[in-house]
Amino acid sequence: MTTGDDDVRADVGLAVRAARYRLDVLDLIRSAGGGHTAGSLSCVDVLTVLYERVLRISPETLRHPERDRYVQSKGHAVEALYVVLAGAGLLDRALLGTYLRFGTKLVGHATSSVPGIEQSTGALGHGLSIGVGMAIAGRQNGFGYRVFVLLGDGELAEGSVWEAAMSAAHHGLGNLVAIVDRNRHQIAGPTAEIMNSEPLAQKFAAFGWTVHEIDGHDLVQIERTLSSAPAVPGRPTVVLADTVKGSGISYMEHDIRWHHRVPDDEEYAIARRDVENRIAELRGRA
Amino acid sequence: MSRPTAGPGLANLEVLDATLRDLARSDPAIRVLTADSRVSGRLGPFALEFPDRVVELGIAEQNLVGVAAGLASCGMKPFVVSPACFLTARALEQIKVDVGYSGNSVRLIGISAGISYGALGASHHSIADFAALRATPGIPVVAPADNCEAEAAIRLAAAVDGPLYVRLGKRALRCVHGSASEPVAVDRATRLRTGADLGIIATGETVGIALGAATALALDGVETTVVSMPMVRPLDTATLFDVARRVRGLVVTEEHSVHGGLGEACAAALMTEGIPVRFRALGIPDEPIVNGPQLDVLAHYGIGTDPLAALARELLDRNPPRSSTL
Repeated sequence: MTTGDDDVRADVGLAVRAARYRLDVLDLIRSAGGGHTAGSLSCVDVLTVLYERVLRISPETLRHPERDRYVQSKGHAVEALYVVLAGAGLLDRALLGTYLRFGTKLVGHATSSVPGIEQSTGALGHGLSIGVGMAIAGRQNGFGYRVFVLLGDGELAEGSVWEAAMSAAHHGLGNLVAIVDRNRHQIAGPTAEIMNSEPLAQKFAAFGWTVHEIDGHDLVQIERTLSSAPAVPGRPTVVLADTVKGSGISYMEHDIRWHHRVPDDEEYAIARRDVENRIAELRGRA
Repeated sequence: MSRPTAGPGLANLEVLDATLRDLARSDPAIRVLTADSRVSGRLGPFALEFPDRVVELGIAEQNLVGVAAGLASCGMKPFVVSPACFLTARALEQIKVDVGYSGNSVRLIGISAGISYGALGASHHSIADFAALRATPGIPVVAPADNCEAEAAIRLAAAVDGPLYVRLGKRALRCVHGSASEPVAVDRATRLRTGADLGIIATGETVGIALGAATALALDGVETTVVSMPMVRPLDTATLFDVARRVRGLVVTEEHSVHGGLGEACAAALMTEGIPVRFRALGIPDEPIVNGPQLDVLAHYGIGTDPLAALARELLDRNPPRSSTL
């Protein structure tokens, strides 16, 4: 896996795709008239790097026992997962048109009935426990795979997350990587006001985890951090990815109203310009 | 496992340990997950023989079930062993989402179930587990009546590709299946004795009590069919309907709330099928539960040899044989 200054061109391609995925997310949400808009945009860069650079998964190895595992504990940000899976060739793009329709497989939270999605989530505070089980199984089976679990920072109010965190360190799961999409907002307001989960770095460290704090929209940082885990063998890793809710769409960033909102035609046109400008900027830099 | 016909047998959760050890010797995928419950689950021998196959999660039932789901998704056969009261209530959402919805083959073993903990208080009773899991998609529910059914239930759980909930008590149980050579099945009901007057459909530890009542009733000339119905979901309606058509009165007994358990399941099935039968469902009524030893509490609510026999006589008196009503 190459990253950084020695492969700038490839990074531009990745960044362009991450920008386009933002528009794909909005297309999906507009087509169905609903979805988790801003929370999908905050984690779409992490997902892009995971699926295009980090996870050892391909369309041919979706059921392979030694594949890497990804569990999206913040299951509501499923629109980002759908578009990234489709972009990576792991999900039939034609299925995207069925999102939220009657009888669809593509519901509004991650579900294992969709090929490429490991586990059903949506009820918060479940994914890390499942990841602990997968990591224990990997070690006991002698497989070298890693398990990645994406959590929201609002989700960390669920007590079960800390049960899982305690058990991951107790069992010495160096093959487990938790990523917190720390966008600092949840449905009713700033996380610090609803239920302050900080200081997260100290909390995870006290639970026995190796902690990294990164810019969750810096693709190079994301890739370097995720690729090199665990820094300490036998310790689970948490990556606190500082992100912006609504990232990449000018008027959505930091605006709590976009947790659920669906952009109208005018708003969508602005979003499209934002994404096009970003892509032009990326290409200009290259 | 031998089939004792006289004298007390083992507690069903001791059968769990013996059966799991036997299965684990030939199945490397079996894991036992506990929430500091290896002592209350009497799993010491298993832990001694297979120390690497016990996954301890501490007193954290939500994580316990989630971890089991993760293990199952990777090809392991996790048996989650925890007191039924905590497993099926505190971790119900994990059972719903991580086990049922995701389709992970987690074997849920609720120990010291029902009111096995007796006078320890309502916090330790599980009298809503049938209701909760019957209404949770994808989870079959089994309550073995004796050691034979317990062993069959554990073997079934290991054999099926899918989740299963097995509810085990802690009291030593007499064998209800006698010495018949036919293997005991838990995925269908078994008629333990037959008679044309009364039918008793029982599940779990109330089956032995129903047999005692049937013996007492026989002294009065009342002939009773006693059915062990270990699988509360899905229901063996064929046996239920057949028994209901052959008797003058039907009683369902369970160590569970009267809401949402076997009694309501049988009543709904009989109504839907249009089978008229004089019917009583005995369980824990909708009131603050009385405290005391398990069998005393059950008898207080009518599930004991004498009160059950008395109820049966009353039911049949009000519904005399059809020939005399013509």
